[in-house]
Amino acid sequence: MPARAPTAILLFLGALILLAAVPLVLSGWILFLLTVAGAKALAVLGVVLLLRGKLLTFGHALYYAVGAYAAGMAVKYFGVREALLLLALALLAGVAMSAFLGLLVARYRAVYFALLNLAFSMVLYGMLLKLYSITGGTDGLGIPEPTLAGFELGGSSLRLAMYELTVVLTAVLVYLTYRFFASPTGYTLRAIRDNEVRVEYMGVSVWRAVYVSYVIAGGLAAVSGCLIALSVGHITPDLSFWSQSGEFVFVAILGGTGSMLAPVIGSVLFEFVRNYAFELSPYTWQMTLGIILLLIIFFLPGGVWSLTALVVRRGSR
Amino acid sequence: MSALLETVGLTRFFGSVRAAEDLNMRVDQGEVVGIIGSNGSGKTTFLNLATGYLKPERGSILLGGRDTTALPPRAITRLGVARSFQIPQLYLGMTVLETVLLSLAARAGRIGVWAPLKRSDRSEEGLQVLAQFGLAAHAGRLVGELPEGSRKLLDIALAVALRPRLLLMDEPTAGVSTEDKFEVMDTLVGVISGSGITTIFVEHDMDVVLRYSRRVLVFDQGLVIAQGEPAAVLADPEVRRAVLGHV
Repeated sequence: MPARAPTAILLFLGALILLAAVPLVLSGWILFLLTVAGAKALAVLGVVLLLRGKLLTFGHALYYAVGAYAAGMAVKYFGVREALLLLALALLAGVAMSAFLGLLVARYRAVYFALLNLAFSMVLYGMLLKLYSITGGTDGLGIPEPTLAGFELGGSSLRLAMYELTVVLTAVLVYLTYRFFASPTGYTLRAIRDNEVRVEYMGVSVWRAVYVSYVIAGGLAAVSGCLIALSVGHITPDLSFWSQSGEFVFVAILGGTGSMLAPVIGSVLFEFVRNYAFELSPYTWQMTLGIILLLIIFFLPGGVWSLTALVVRRGSR
Repeated sequence: MSALLETVGLTRFFGSVRAAEDLNMRVDQGEVVGIIGSNGSGKTTFLNLATGYLKPERGSILLGGRDTTALPPRAITRLGVARSFQIPQLYLGMTVLETVLLSLAARAGRIGVWAPLKRSDRSEEGLQVLAQFGLAAHAGRLVGELPEGSRKLLDIALAVALRPRLLLMDEPTAGVSTEDKFEVMDTLVGVISGSGITTIFVEHDMDVVLRYSRRVLVFDQGLVIAQGEPAAVLADPEVRRAVLGHV
């Protein structure tokens, strides 16, 4: 482990520098696609975090939408335009909402946990849809171009700034989640997956470990939603729809749960596959995604990330 | 001697099956007590009641004079009661060392979200715990890859790592071969007697009870039918009939 840790840190830093530098050679739309992928990777990271404790959620889009709408409301009702402030507000809203719902949800497991989350996300979806005067209903809310650290940016410079902000935020939050996983609570979550009874017989609260993980996952999704709102410039109730939650689970399986970087890789892969599949075959792109998921489940059950383990194993022979 | 564990009128039924009825017993500080009885006599139920996994219908459980009857397992563990299981309850996807480190972190009450579990001082202590149980060589292996005997020892090591005042072991030699059972018990008793932990162990094997317990309790259909010095109790024809089915 001590020998692997510096290698992993070097790889992480190398990837970060590479990602920060790619705007020099990439076109605008690819940059936008990477921004979306990086932002969504945070919501997927939350799903992966919960999956480590064998907690599958089909309602994680709830917090994604909470983050996006917290930013949207702050813009609409308080005229806030500063991206960093909007991100902080979104994080606060996501943490507050997950801390509140987590009091109940953290008591459930398996299908009840999955469906309770789904139910809450659909309740929010309904509210966003029906409270037209507040949320804009199906029209959603427009998010005007934000300022970043007080700087007025627009067009390609804003796109570039949003990309760099997403890269930095994703890297920081991936690192913080990695630290969480390496902590006693992170290990407790893994222990819960294997044997909840034994965890209680260690004098450790299972509920607390699940609750803390749930709140962290909610916060990650809220930041993700806010980044999407700022990058896309428009939000709708669909952000909270069950298919969005399904997409997060899809990407989590695609990337794998073996590493904190897996959601990022899975998310980037997913966005590119979806875009190219849509471009090549606009009416059957969902089928293409379905086939890819089937191939992953049958041939790479550990997700795309498990390929790195194969490469490392072959390299060490 | 002061009583560490005391039960007063402890009663628990499963439907019409009597698992414990009006159970009054006391275990003093520093004792090593063996519990024997045929299948279904209420031995494991007693451990489950004492550790809060099951709640009695009547009666109470006192730990060092404090009533723990209504407390959940987590709270009772924090008061210094640890247990092992007949079928080892482990985290199969974690390494042997990681499981012990988690026990050590739990003992210290340090289940935080930032500082790493694998601190050098904790790892050192974890390896010492594993060495006591002859498991140090397996530290880096996944628990799921361990043979049954080693799992049994690790199950007990996790409980001992909590440094309990009272250790409850459910059939520590179950699943261990006849040739190895004394070796396993020698290892366990060596660790336990060195740390002065009060111990209650449930066992089917008369030889193990005779050799390692200072006092024995005989359970039969939820009642304690005899107790005392092992050799004398096990020589009692009534006890042999109840436990072995013959004199």
